[in-house]
Amino acid sequence: MSSSLIIGQYIPTDSVVHRLDPRSKIAIIFFYVVIVFFANSVMSYGVLALFAVGSAILSKVPLSYIMKGLKPVWFLIIFTFFLHIFVTRDGAVAFSIFGWDVYWEGLIQGGAISLRFFLLILVTSLLTLTTTPIEITDAIEELLGPLKKVKFPVHELALMMSISLRFIPTLMQETEKISKAQASRGVDLRTGSFKDRMKAVVPLLVPLFVSAFKRAEELAMAMEARGYQGGEGRTKLRELSIGKSDVMLYIVFVLLIIALFLTRS
Amino acid sequence: MGERQVEFRNVSFRYQEDMPWVLKDVSFTIGPDEWVAIIGHNGSGKSTIAKLMNGLLFPQEGEILVDGIRVNQETVWDVRKQVGMVFQNPDNQFVGTTVRDDVAFGMENHGMPRELMVKRIEESLSAVGMQEYKIHEPHRLSGGQKQRVAIASILAVSPEFIILDEATAMLDPKGRKEIMQTIHGVQKERDLSLITITHDLHEVTQASRVIVMNQGEVWMQGTPREVFSRKEHVIEIGLDTPFISKLADHLKAEGVSLAREPLNHQELLEELWTLRSTM
Repeated sequence: MSSSLIIGQYIPTDSVVHRLDPRSKIAIIFFYVVIVFFANSVMSYGVLALFAVGSAILSKVPLSYIMKGLKPVWFLIIFTFFLHIFVTRDGAVAFSIFGWDVYWEGLIQGGAISLRFFLLILVTSLLTLTTTPIEITDAIEELLGPLKKVKFPVHELALMMSISLRFIPTLMQETEKISKAQASRGVDLRTGSFKDRMKAVVPLLVPLFVSAFKRAEELAMAMEARGYQGGEGRTKLRELSIGKSDVMLYIVFVLLIIALFLTRS
Repeated sequence: MGERQVEFRNVSFRYQEDMPWVLKDVSFTIGPDEWVAIIGHNGSGKSTIAKLMNGLLFPQEGEILVDGIRVNQETVWDVRKQVGMVFQNPDNQFVGTTVRDDVAFGMENHGMPRELMVKRIEESLSAVGMQEYKIHEPHRLSGGQKQRVAIASILAVSPEFIILDEATAMLDPKGRKEIMQTIHGVQKERDLSLITITHDLHEVTQASRVIVMNQGEVWMQGTPREVFSRKEHVIEIGLDTPFISKLADHLKAEGVSLAREPLNHQELLEELWTLRSTM
């Protein structure tokens, strides 16, 4: 049971995309999100889509997993598409449906916005599909590094993230245990009105919180006993390094930006 | 560097001003390569001793010397490098997201260079027989395995003293056996002293010295044989004695005269079959 508890949606297919430095991935995705808004012609969208789809293919992540990642936003994508179709009233009428005129401009606008949405979600979900949560944590710590100068607790933030990641499965197992224990005492979590079920959650949450606090206290003591004294003077086992494929990615991305601006109308 | 030992000099401790003393004028010394078991009731102050040795708490009176250095706010980080500690709950001392990261945690804290860490991770994980689990997450390990990782992560820093604060209390018999075997192996191979704080009488009989605590004071000290041959003394403060020891008592009451106090099945067996031997 416990081996199925995989945090996040990481798919270990070990591809070029997986082996990229997580910092590169995060930075590139950030810039990708920015440049998506510069696209305004069919060609420029084509160039952007080529990059996203190309990365997805290179990542070797099965299509079904990518689709699963898109599932919660499909509704939003379709909704924005129809919103544009019905709201935009510019240009020539394309066709009429049930006496409602649909304009060309609306079709184009709706298509463009939906495509933008789709590309953004695709690229960002590729990050979580090909990068372990702990790699993302490391990358964030590195990328936020300069903020240490203004006394922003970067190391502490990263440590908090990694400890939460480590304790998610532990607390999930505990929740299961407590809910079974409470069920055996007659707490009913499945039936009854919404209000009743909310009430039934209380005997679940209280012991969970108590134990989480106890764990935190013991963990803090264990960390201190092992010589933890904050981020200063600390070395790191995990090392991030920029490799050949990272450089390749940068080059491809620069070319993408150039291509995008050449194909803009 | 002074001599390799932990020394308690007239140590008294209480958690708060208006609370009763948890430790009262405790003095003892633990030398190199010793295995000392500390036993006693809940609230007898045994866990407090462990925390004082590691500088997690500081005494109000008396002093604690680790390698001749007085434990205080300034020296505490050096002391923690020499005194490693394994706690009771396997889950609540696992900091890293994988075995490898957890073993590295202590070394990272002490600012060791990366190459050394990689080498030490290998060494210490193979010392506890966990080298194949390097990239396992904690929730995929059993309690005994987690405790073995905890021991490995202490070994990686190569301390002189390891304190096991009821490290086997939350484990099943199998896990308990695993840990005891690991500890045996480690102590033979490496140059270190062990301090086990325990309720498990079987663990106690394996130690080279036993310190019995009662109400914050050292009640008795000696080899396990010495301690359990003065059973009345141990029972007086409500502690149990090993099964074999009890059995030996009953045998004595029945008129079987045993030459020495047996500590395990083997010893009792030896005693019995040589009983009528005149050689």
